[in-house]
Amino acid sequence: MSESSNVFFHMRNIVKSYALGDEEAVILKGVCLDIRRGEYLSVLGPSGSGKSTLMNIIGCLDKPTSGEYILNGSLIDDLTEQELARIRSREVGFIFQNSQMLPKLDAMKNVELPLIYAGVRPRERARRAEEMLVKVGLQERLHHKPNMLSGGQQQRVAIARALVTRPTLLLADEPTGALDQTTGAQIMGLFQELNDDGNTIIMITHDLKVARNARRMVNIIDGELSESEEATLS
Amino acid sequence: MKALWQRLLGGLTMFVESVRMSVANITQNRLRSFLTILGIMIGVTAVIALITTVSGVSTSISDSFTSMGAGTMSVAVTGNDLQAGLTGDNLEQITALSHVTGVIPGVAATVSVARGDAYESEISLAGKNPFYFSTTEAVARGRTLNPIDMDDAARVCLIDSDTVAEFFYGVDPIGQTLYINSQSFTVVGVLADVGQSITEMVSGSNAIIVPYTTALKLSGARLVTSVTVYVDGAAASQTVQTALENYLDALFSYEDDTYEITTMDSIQETMDSMLSMMSALLGGIASISLIVGGIGIMNMMLTSVTERTVEIGLKKAIGAEPAQIQIQFLIEAFLLSMIGGVIGVGLGIALSAVLCKAMGTTFTLSYGAIALGVGFSAAVGIVFGWSPARKASNLSPIDALRRM
Repeated sequence: MSESSNVFFHMRNIVKSYALGDEEAVILKGVCLDIRRGEYLSVLGPSGSGKSTLMNIIGCLDKPTSGEYILNGSLIDDLTEQELARIRSREVGFIFQNSQMLPKLDAMKNVELPLIYAGVRPRERARRAEEMLVKVGLQERLHHKPNMLSGGQQQRVAIARALVTRPTLLLADEPTGALDQTTGAQIMGLFQELNDDGNTIIMITHDLKVARNARRMVNIIDGELSESEEATLS
Repeated sequence: MKALWQRLLGGLTMFVESVRMSVANITQNRLRSFLTILGIMIGVTAVIALITTVSGVSTSISDSFTSMGAGTMSVAVTGNDLQAGLTGDNLEQITALSHVTGVIPGVAATVSVARGDAYESEISLAGKNPFYFSTTEAVARGRTLNPIDMDDAARVCLIDSDTVAEFFYGVDPIGQTLYINSQSFTVVGVLADVGQSITEMVSGSNAIIVPYTTALKLSGARLVTSVTVYVDGAAASQTVQTALENYLDALFSYEDDTYEITTMDSIQETMDSMLSMMSALLGGIASISLIVGGIGIMNMMLTSVTERTVEIGLKKAIGAEPAQIQIQFLIEAFLLSMIGGVIGVGLGIALSAVLCKAMGTTFTLSYGAIALGVGFSAAVGIVFGWSPARKASNLSPIDALRRM
């Protein structure tokens, strides 16, 4: 089986630049990255290194200035806003630093949200949302609103919401950034379990300790990506 | 086929959810939503109330025109130097024209009235003939005027209930004497309290009716200058008018400007066009408040988009398409506007029912007005919701999420 026919996540020479007055600010300088199905990768970089920009491109929120990006067989290149939205809906599950639940909706409704946009019918939505909440250990909290949930519980809801569409790729941006150490460790444990179940995870962080939870680690500095020398868990 | 079905079903699910989310947003900000729809509400109320009320007035006016007899015409006579009006013989000759059922001379005077210690000046008196009483059921008690009263210029009168109350408190007025401009008159009848007819709306109601010949004497005139001619049906109106013109032309030696004939049809047409102009004008003013209301909705939606930037960014990140975001905001604006519109329709109907009752016109529910109110508010919602919804759908998820 040749590599190119089985490309799952493939980034080649991704460049992202913004016009800043007369000058051009290059944020990503030819990033290359390949990921296999079921991998657990952390992208480690200080602030201003371009890791947020990289995350936006990986998550199909933004398009690269040049380069080639293939996610699960779809070429993310010159797609319209709508097509990008479809890709996000089908392929990517986002987990943000502060879980970003909609405050007026309970846990179930928050988890159902991506399914609404994917056009899934109500009964099926409820079934899948409940299944995911049980999976992240929130079976007792299905109808709690965000203000009645702890930070760790909210992050679990966010994880359930990211997983509920059965995405190809789980994309986490500083998932433990707003959590205390114990809760952060619990969330990392959950990530480990999810990865053991076969989920592909990319986690973006500035924290080396957090980054070490992943099986594979890459560094991003000044818009350039390099494979980390540091041995990671296996 | 199955894929298409799935997509349709997905779209429907999405739509239902959008409506649900919009309702949630509207009900969670009750006070703000209420203030936002107030403008639309008032606008629709005003439009409905105006249209219904004006159409009620218009209906009752044309009803009273019809009751006065189609084809009726009024003649104002100035005459010439030889004869500055019409004599009793002239009136009989006009009555004798074919298709004419009768004529009513209009002689008006302002008189002073006295009985015992009671005295009142500035009372309006009208001179009529027997035919007048066949066109109206204006007599409550006693008798009407007869031809002999006309010929004799008899000093008899019919008085209205106000005058009865003023001069005959606790006394049966029939057969009593009343002094009109210091001349003794015998009261022969009491006028009924009927709704104002069109002529009375224009000229004011008459407190006292006497034979027109008597009224001429009282007012110091010799000739009748105003006559209402009744015709046996609208079809004959034109024929009668021509015959009347011929008669009057001959009478006044074919001089110019000796008389003027106004038909009820032309008065009604003028009235109708005045009313519809008024209706359009008031409706136009009321529509301005609908536009102001629309701007209110737009303002609220724009604020809402800014407030919900993070929410929108998040929804986009988890797969909401721009069109889905847009439709959600559009539905919200539409619903807000429609709620205002429906409440406005209710209030408008209630208000116009009250107004119609107060003015004594018949209240008819105009489905056209309701459709207009609802349609207008729907249109306002979509037109003024479009730009905020567009703004929301164009928000970049990256910028939105950066604010987290």
